[in-house]
Amino acid sequence: MAKLVPIPSDSLIPERDINKAPILECINLGITFGGLKAVEDFNLTIGRTEIAGLIGPNGAGKTTVFNLLTKVYQPTKGTILLDGMDTHGMDTIKVNRAGIARTFQNIRLFQDLSVVDNVKTAMDNQMHYNMWEGIFRLPRYWREERTAHERALELLSLFHMEELAKVRAGSLPYGAQRRLEIVRALATNPSLLLLDEPAAGMNPSETAELMENIRKIRDTFQIAVMLIEHDMNLVMNICEGICVLNFGRVIAKGSPEDIQANPAVIEAYLGKKKEA
Amino acid sequence: MAYFKKLGKTARRNYLTYGLVILAFVILQVMMGSLSSSLKGMLVPICAYVVMAVSLNLTVGILGELSLGHAGFMSVGAFMGVVAAASLQEIIPFAPVRLAISMVVGAAFAAVAGFLIGIPVLRLKGDYLAIVTLAFGEIIKTIFTNLYVGLDGSGLHMSLLEDKTDLAEGGKLIIAGPMGMGGIQKISTFSAGFVLVMVTLLIVFNLVKSRDGRAIMAIRDNRIAAESIGINITKYKMIAFVTSAALAGAAGTLFAMNYSTIVATKFDFNTSILVLVFVVLGGLGNMLGSIIAAAVLTILPEALRQFADYRMLVYAIVLILVMLATNNPTLRAYLDRFKNKFRRRNSKKEAV
Repeated sequence: MAKLVPIPSDSLIPERDINKAPILECINLGITFGGLKAVEDFNLTIGRTEIAGLIGPNGAGKTTVFNLLTKVYQPTKGTILLDGMDTHGMDTIKVNRAGIARTFQNIRLFQDLSVVDNVKTAMDNQMHYNMWEGIFRLPRYWREERTAHERALELLSLFHMEELAKVRAGSLPYGAQRRLEIVRALATNPSLLLLDEPAAGMNPSETAELMENIRKIRDTFQIAVMLIEHDMNLVMNICEGICVLNFGRVIAKGSPEDIQANPAVIEAYLGKKKEA
Repeated sequence: MAYFKKLGKTARRNYLTYGLVILAFVILQVMMGSLSSSLKGMLVPICAYVVMAVSLNLTVGILGELSLGHAGFMSVGAFMGVVAAASLQEIIPFAPVRLAISMVVGAAFAAVAGFLIGIPVLRLKGDYLAIVTLAFGEIIKTIFTNLYVGLDGSGLHMSLLEDKTDLAEGGKLIIAGPMGMGGIQKISTFSAGFVLVMVTLLIVFNLVKSRDGRAIMAIRDNRIAAESIGINITKYKMIAFVTSAALAGAAGTLFAMNYSTIVATKFDFNTSILVLVFVVLGGLGNMLGSIIAAAVLTILPEALRQFADYRMLVYAIVLILVMLATNNPTLRAYLDRFKNKFRRRNSKKEAV
């Protein structure tokens, strides 16, 4: 099934990943909503263990790209290759099983479940006991539940949340809810983690902690992270490659230094200089 | 006691529910001699309604979808269960075993009905789902009002709209269209009802506390997020819906075998709403509440017999008052304060 595709020359892949097949490739990806081209000709390659940023002004189509990658919307044009495998025709569930996990801009937790149950729910793809084994509490139920519980606590402890395991997710403070969403996404064992504005509504110290955590995720799990963020300090600090969108089109790609110096990006964010 | 403390809140609550049901059964068994005959006659229906309420709570409270056709599944279970019991009468003379097998048959047919109705219904959300389940209940009622099933030496015969069963000598019509079923052997007992309630609780509690239950509640809380972590929405919704239907079917068999005649109009929209009232009054997702509400509200019309003609009026007023009282924020706050005080005293005792 899996086919290898040559890496496009304008990739952002960091040097350590250059000899490995990229985890994600988007080729001429696009979607139109009734004539409106929300995203067009989106090309991007992300390396195995890269932290990539997707930035752009409001309404540029950043979240739409995430929705295309996770198949909330089916792309009307182009191809998405996940680890060399075409995701054409897959739905959200299959894409997640294939290795893409995400968080949401507006937090979407399972409010009435406990913190640890939120994480365990995400481990559904790693459990194999069926309904009857669950109802009659057969050995496989106990074995898998115990493993899942331990792993959930382990994941939570990475983010210093093991104390909160039994708390109702809906009653967590805001920052902890954001962290829990990341833990839940990680629990599905992804190879690519998509974070949609992870620092929204956070104060500077929380943002600093978040940066630490994102690096920690990459180092511990050796996965790629792609994030949408408006906090430029965060983006420029942790992203190795950045892609800038405006009006659904990529206007710049490159390292943080390239992006900061790029006149097209400055224009998109600050507007055109008035000619004298 | 230490073991009990270590359990989670839900597990403690589940054990409490089992315990109270067993306690109620034992007390009623001991007092059986002194119970009035009208109350004795209500024990089996109470068990059936408790099972109905708990199973509907699985759909409404745990899955979070409003179903207005739960009596339809009860109806399928009742009719199919009675047919099974009548067919097995010669083969299995021992009544409890025959009842158990009939319940399984009733549950199986209700599960199939749940699956078939689930295919279109579970694609809908909210009000639309409620309306389609309502229509389903009506369809089932109409089908059973026009169904003729007869049994003779060569097996079961079935026809719709008019009696074309053409039974051989010695044959017997089990379902006689609008006349319903007559001459049912009353083999339901309070003990059988108690066992069914316990089995229902076991199935529902264990289902909720497994991967399936977590997934079902995840879908209720946030469907989009559930999809994003790879939860198969259709599969888990179907599991909840079919389990709920199957349990309602078993309750239907239990219910029907308590009467010598039963007609399809018994399981109409009013019955669905009545069960929904049990669930809402007991609290969504709260099984113990459902059980208590089902038991109390089944006894209440009987207990209000002294009001004679005004019986249903008083029943309605009591219902309104209870709903108002249980949803009153002041009363709730007061009860919570009371609970906290109790808890604090307990923890203090432990510290000493």
